Amino acid sequence: MKILVPVKRVPDPATTIRVLPDGSGIATDNVKWVINPFDEIAIEEALRIKEKQGSGEVVLISVGQTAWQEQLRTGLAMGADRAILVKADNPLDTLAIARVIAKVASDEKPELIIIGKQAIDDDSNQIGQMLAEMLGWPQATFASKVELAGEKCTVVREVDGGLETVAFPMPAVITTDLRLNEPRYASLPGIMKARKKPLNEIAVDSLGVDLTPKLKIKTLKAPEKRQAGRKVASVEELVQVLHTEAKVI
Amino acid sequence: MGDVLVFAEHRGGHFPKTTLIAVNAGLEMARKRGGQCIAVLSGEGATAAAAEIAKYGPSKVIVLDHPKLAHYLADAAAQALADLAKKTGAETVLATATAMGKDLMPRLAARLGAPMASEIIAINDDGTMVRPMYAGNALATIELDGPVRVVTVRGTAFDAAKPADVAAPIETVTPELDAASLKMEFVGFNEIKSDRPQLTEARIVVSGGRGLKSGDNFKTVLEPLVDEMGAAMGASRAAVDAGFVPNDLQVGQTGKVVAPELYVAVGISGAIQHLAGMKDSKTIVAINKDEEAPIFGVADYGLVADLFKAVPEMVEEVKKLKH
Repeated sequence: MKILVPVKRVPDPATTIRVLPDGSGIATDNVKWVINPFDEIAIEEALRIKEKQGSGEVVLISVGQTAWQEQLRTGLAMGADRAILVKADNPLDTLAIARVIAKVASDEKPELIIIGKQAIDDDSNQIGQMLAEMLGWPQATFASKVELAGEKCTVVREVDGGLETVAFPMPAVITTDLRLNEPRYASLPGIMKARKKPLNEIAVDSLGVDLTPKLKIKTLKAPEKRQAGRKVASVEELVQVLHTEAKVI
Repeated sequence: MGDVLVFAEHRGGHFPKTTLIAVNAGLEMARKRGGQCIAVLSGEGATAAAAEIAKYGPSKVIVLDHPKLAHYLADAAAQALADLAKKTGAETVLATATAMGKDLMPRLAARLGAPMASEIIAINDDGTMVRPMYAGNALATIELDGPVRVVTVRGTAFDAAKPADVAAPIETVTPELDAASLKMEFVGFNEIKSDRPQLTEARIVVSGGRGLKSGDNFKTVLEPLVDEMGAAMGASRAAVDAGFVPNDLQVGQTGKVVAPELYVAVGISGAIQHLAGMKDSKTIVAINKDEEAPIFGVADYGLVADLFKAVPEMVEEVKKLKH
């Protein structure tokens, strides 16, 4: 089975994000870049499916700049078979990115697309669902368990108030939630092998996809900081101030 | 005309507070765009829920009636809603960013070829909107171009709609669906039953972190405080990752965003990702033995203490207050 896993390059979650004074973006000096953590879970799930089935191909795809090769190589080191970098020098909005990936998917014809539920930089949580619609495929977002049997896929989803189970035939799109799995680290032999795995570049303009930006970020600003309050000396004092001062209990 | 379609989520006719938040945000959007706010429902029990929603100020309520919509599934719901958006010529389709809203709206946007803004926290008079990015460390002012646009709103950023003087008319529409293209099947829903308030609706939230050390301690140490305070229980991602509690309880960037009147963080260090989910709470209390923990930087009241001593004490103190 062929599984396509879209991968996004994002600032390490531990990075302190600072908005530039002119509001044009965030400061990127000293930012460590990593694979979006939810996409790492997606890669892991794809690898586990391939290992369980004993055959198949895990293909990574990114839509970004040359520097994104770094994260694709990390994904290859985890065990993915090959990677595609659709080179786009200018940032694209979610609709355009989904169109680009959908176009490549229609050429690659994977049985599954597994993708992180959200990227931790823009927190949009859109691409997987958009891909499913553009390809006319079923979708299972926020997956915590995936089971495959023949052509059929059964997914347990983390929704408000419980767990929902849905089923559908493949091809389909699955977006990963936190507890689907724990991603492996790239091993040293994995890193060595990854250097020789194919990483093909495609120019975004060659795909004939509508890239017109419809979502425009006009400006960014830092949120107002919440002021720290004070320390209380005892539980008794705490409960008293909550009662008499804050009046919340 | 800047008409707004509001996707009014419900389960079997019962709707959460987040649905009234969507209606209110829809009313604000319609007012600012010079259009009408139309609430849309589908699925089993929709007619009963529609009669209730009609009392909260929309101009009209539409029930989408089709056998394929009996149980919510993203593919059918997106088709039906897109069909209605086209028929009504709505400018904005809006929902609250619940699990269902997040599942459905991007699929709808793709079907309409429309841009989408996720989890907006403000609607500006000039048509732009504000949404958090980078775990709330940046607020972006954004603009969506085109004749139709899709929006989800953050539940904590808008109030719930209030009952209006008159009830809106209710109309039933049978959407045109391409049934052959619908391949998703609902298998089951395993509800996590709880007598406690919903995390996103509670007046008080008590959350535990890795400091609790085990799932058993959530039960024996934290839950008595949660229940004594009549609170909802939450957790940090670290506690979820460690397997102490289900992900449904996670408060933070990748979990639920809450803004209760009182948020009590117990044994939570306060990573940026957790703060993103609770820093708009009215009053924040932190109990942690590490006085350097970042959570104290946002807490109104901080107690540096061993939670295993402080929490049982707090249960007793809160009890006393009631007598």
